[in-house]
Amino acid sequence: MRHTISLLVENKFGVLARIAGLFSCRGYNIESLTVGETEDPTVSRMTIVVDALDERVLEQIIKQLNKLIDVIKVSDLTEEERVERELALIKLNATSSTRSDIIQLVDIFRAKIVDVSQSTITVEITGDKEKVDGFLRIVRPYGIKEIARTGIVSVVRG
Amino acid sequence: MKKGAQILVEGLMREGVEVVFGIPGGAVLPIFDVLYDSPINFYLTKHEQGAAHMADGYARATGRVGVCIATSGPGATNLTTGIATAYMDSSPIVAITGQVATSLIGNDAFQEADTTGITRPITKHNYLVKDVRDLPEVIKEAFYIASTGRKGPVLIDIPVDVSRSMADLEFPDKVEIRGYKPPYKGHHLQIRRAVDAIEEAEKPVIIAGGGVISANASDELRELVRITGIPVAMTLMGLGSFPLTDPLSLGMLGMHGTVYANYAVTEADLIIGMGVRFDDRATGRVDKFAPHARIIHIDIDTATINRTVFADIPIVGDLKAVLKEIIKYVKPKDLRDWHERIREWKEEYPLSYSREGGIKPQYIIETLYELTKGDAIIATGVGQHQMWVAQFYKFTKPRTLISSGGLGTMGFGLPAGIGAKVGVPDMPVIVIDGDGSFQMTMTELGTVAGHGIPVKVMIINNSYLGMVRQWQQLFYNRRYSASKLRGTPDFLKIAEAYGIKGLRVSRWEEVKPAIERALYEEGPFLIDFIVEPEENVFPMVPAGSALSEVMTKWEAVNLA
Repeated sequence: MRHTISLLVENKFGVLARIAGLFSCRGYNIESLTVGETEDPTVSRMTIVVDALDERVLEQIIKQLNKLIDVIKVSDLTEEERVERELALIKLNATSSTRSDIIQLVDIFRAKIVDVSQSTITVEITGDKEKVDGFLRIVRPYGIKEIARTGIVSVVRG
Repeated sequence: MKKGAQILVEGLMREGVEVVFGIPGGAVLPIFDVLYDSPINFYLTKHEQGAAHMADGYARATGRVGVCIATSGPGATNLTTGIATAYMDSSPIVAITGQVATSLIGNDAFQEADTTGITRPITKHNYLVKDVRDLPEVIKEAFYIASTGRKGPVLIDIPVDVSRSMADLEFPDKVEIRGYKPPYKGHHLQIRRAVDAIEEAEKPVIIAGGGVISANASDELRELVRITGIPVAMTLMGLGSFPLTDPLSLGMLGMHGTVYANYAVTEADLIIGMGVRFDDRATGRVDKFAPHARIIHIDIDTATINRTVFADIPIVGDLKAVLKEIIKYVKPKDLRDWHERIREWKEEYPLSYSREGGIKPQYIIETLYELTKGDAIIATGVGQHQMWVAQFYKFTKPRTLISSGGLGTMGFGLPAGIGAKVGVPDMPVIVIDGDGSFQMTMTELGTVAGHGIPVKVMIINNSYLGMVRQWQQLFYNRRYSASKLRGTPDFLKIAEAYGIKGLRVSRWEEVKPAIERALYEEGPFLIDFIVEPEENVFPMVPAGSALSEVMTKWEAVNLA
């Protein structure tokens, strides 16, 4: 089951390496990881999506994260009502005949076109994981040249 | 204005450091220049691994933070095994390493290594100090982190230009780390539940681990047992937390523990685990561990709780504080039936060995105990000899067994013993080592000779990597692949080369006088005990078996 874990960490070098190391050395798989500064420049927020095999493994992950000196707070957002978003830049094959179809799909998904060339269109799309996955499924037949995804950021509602 | 190096040494002295072990080098020259005039006693070792083990042995024997120092690159990487050893046994050391100048970091400079990267998984925390202005706080934080909560090693990596940088600095009075707040008091409701469980239990057993010693909670443990009469089993790391001479002691449990400890744990209806992590050496097969018992688990590290065994009543907190609370509410118990059952087991399955053939290592350990009565510190290597020490030396006081339990580092014995002797000069320190283990770090005899450290080394010489040979005998059909030692030197000649007196013993009747001589003569001493080569450690719970399936000698012979 996928779990979304949100951490507040010290904004110092080495913190990311430490947290990634904790996952890798214990054999836990990180699905996605994002990190960025918060309103306090000494504190960063990290959002990790992990595929935990069972609850006990997840309990251990969270406890081990808490033990790290540079980790200030750990929250498991999985059961919480939350807003979740990720951003993807997708470069598609686009010829003069397929271009208008692609533009229609981009509109339907409320995405944006950020680059265009003779043979490609680059789309910027934000949304939760299902929306981004859905868009990718629909445009796949046109031929995806390149995808860059950020991974999830998440904040609890209310 | 002060140099970074001066700030470092001043910081160490403010933390009460009196002793540092290590080896100088290019990246730490500024620091050593300051150490030259400082009142800190510096011990020059032969290898940085030795320095790390010495700092660790010092910490385990005294309860204080041990300090070692190495230069950049190979100096730092040589510390790695020692740091990992301390990490696995939650021992508080601070390792200071030099680093190449900040402008050169990442350029594969001379004697450069990614020390903080390499030691990240084996330290509680580490620092790369890129600005001299961070140094005072880093030092204070490092010692605070190493010596609080679940203790452990902290490394400070200092680039040589930072050591030379000048700054006008104050040391902070307090340390405040947002992400680190070690727990102290246990949850009051959990403590009440524990007290109730103790009251209801008819077959309770305490399992005391290294945490009892780390928390300095031996007195509280003894008081709890005095009130309730609950018998005490100990892990290897917990030996000494409760006197093995006490009738309520069950000795060590686990893979090479006593039959009565393993049986008691298996039949118990309540296990009180204190300062233990329930690791595989102690529990045997986890799904068959203590099948009839509720488990109270008291630990300062919440990550240990529910890690291997399920805790019915977890209590996170400082053990000393939690036990003090429990003692307030707990009442005397009538455990006569349980005590009788245990007495029967002790009579039927005592620890034993045969007196036939060559000298038995068990006899050496027993004799050593008789001559010291527990008033000594014993440092060991890893292997069969280590297990025999755990079984046959009746530890009565905490901080008297200095042994690598978690990592199981061969070569730990001699340097850890040196560190212990430096820390506790008034106690006799005896290193019991295997011939295999000893050769890994015997170069530190040079430190013994160079600094006149009167440790007594007793080598259990069976000409094998004994524990490996035992497993090969029992599980690999006696195929002794690479376990017979080759090229072992004459240890007496090695000792003599370092100016250290020695004796060789190969007859039973020579054992006691040799140990007496080693203990009562001044200065370092080495005894080479030539022992029965194929003696096995029993009892034994093979890996993957339950504690209830503990094998005593006879069954094992049938298996072979």
